[in-house]
Amino acid sequence: MRFSGFRVFAEALTGHKGWKPLWRDPDPQAEYDVVIVGGGGHGLATAFYLAEVYGIRKVAVLEKGWLGSGNIGRNTTIIRSNYLLPGNQPFYEFSMKLWENLEQSINFNAMVSQRGILNLYHSDAQRDAYRRRGNAMHLTGAGAELLDQAGVRKMYPWLNFDNARFPIKGGLLQRRAGTARHDGVAWGYARAADLRGVDIIQNCEVTGLQIENGRILGVETSRGSIRARKVGVAVAGSTSRVMAQAGLRMPIESHVLQAFVSEGLKPAIDGVITFGAGHFYVSQSDKGGLVFGGDIDGYNSYAQRGNLPVVEDVIEGGMALMPRIGRARLLRSWGGVMDMSMDGSPIIDRTPVDGLYLNAGWCYGGFKATPASGYAFAHLLATDTPHETATAYRLDRFAKGRVIDEKGVGAQPNLH
Amino acid sequence: MLIPHPLLGLRDAQEFTYLGDARLIDRPTGGNEAELAEYVYLRDNPAGVHRELWFHEQGDRSWLVVTRNTLTHEILGAELARDVSLARKGDMA
Repeated sequence: MRFSGFRVFAEALTGHKGWKPLWRDPDPQAEYDVVIVGGGGHGLATAFYLAEVYGIRKVAVLEKGWLGSGNIGRNTTIIRSNYLLPGNQPFYEFSMKLWENLEQSINFNAMVSQRGILNLYHSDAQRDAYRRRGNAMHLTGAGAELLDQAGVRKMYPWLNFDNARFPIKGGLLQRRAGTARHDGVAWGYARAADLRGVDIIQNCEVTGLQIENGRILGVETSRGSIRARKVGVAVAGSTSRVMAQAGLRMPIESHVLQAFVSEGLKPAIDGVITFGAGHFYVSQSDKGGLVFGGDIDGYNSYAQRGNLPVVEDVIEGGMALMPRIGRARLLRSWGGVMDMSMDGSPIIDRTPVDGLYLNAGWCYGGFKATPASGYAFAHLLATDTPHETATAYRLDRFAKGRVIDEKGVGAQPNLH
Repeated sequence: MLIPHPLLGLRDAQEFTYLGDARLIDRPTGGNEAELAEYVYLRDNPAGVHRELWFHEQGDRSWLVVTRNTLTHEILGAELARDVSLARKGDMA
């Protein structure tokens, strides 16, 4: 079933009776070439690119809950490629290019909207750092513009420019950045993978990894055991739990990150604004709600909910940046479990167990990476070599002293 | 979250700074690089009961070992890290 404008029109005239479920609901087979643990954005994207690009179609995606029930179903939907370091920026720019063609390649409306992201700066030093970052972005073709205060005023005249502590002096703008519909991304990848023969198996929790003589043989699940030549783990906040089944300790702590949505408002913010100094960022969804968030709560958590002090901290950041947010009412908040790696950068690598592969450590930045993460992980699973944009994301980089110092923090701002 | 400080009673967790797994008390001293890398970077990160270090930065500046459930945020107890460390040294002696 292909989606098209004509199809929507025809269905509208015939009572919408022709729509079918977007993917099958198969029982697990006894054996697969590749089993992917985790039916979130990254796992589903991996399955899609395995089938589409690398021609590996005997693939299963195992999801313990329902499809997209983790962080792909609860995030602030921002896509961008405004990183600095050579180990990171080409990867995120690759992701940005995949976003730009995503809807054509999966034939699904993921509502990718390149509405631009503006990172605000408040001092000369921060401006210089952003100039450097912008230049790094230009090297990969990501595009960047450094705005002075007048430039920012032209875009968002209602910001609080004269905040005593953090007066807004300007910002770094990436016009190609924006937002995408997070659920649509999961559903679109799931449907596209399913159409190419991938089995998406929900309510199927992996309870054990079968390992013999240092080699993976398959997985034990709540729906029976499944043999696999290769197993890829893409389970975000549950990484430590799953990898513990292979006896491996991870350079990861699971933390809770909260995000918030206001009641629906008339169009007020047409891009994404980040106020890093105040731990606050905001955009407006197509439904009208202001979508915003801040920092992690700062303690290990698998609870999928946070506590009130961070709610207060985020709202304070919002009030400092845009006082008019005080007139909006908060509609809901939620918390996701983040796989905080120790240097704040991800891991896409083989593991000490033959045939067991890891995709983890996305911290609070996994959504924008979804397409490239899936592509690079599929490349690794298919060829046993890292994708050219993901060579720095090694699991052993911590022990070898090759940490990626993008922001200088991982799980702990006072560490590393 | 309220932390039952052994000396000060129930205190708001906001007064504390979090460091993480209480195993960090046992810092390797042998000069073995692999051991140190493991100490610095690898974590058990359990879902469930977790013993962890909290620093009472806005209070009496003591280090506590807090036992907390990471699935529910329920706090099951708190001890002075000093006592935990001394007791452990006593066990080893």
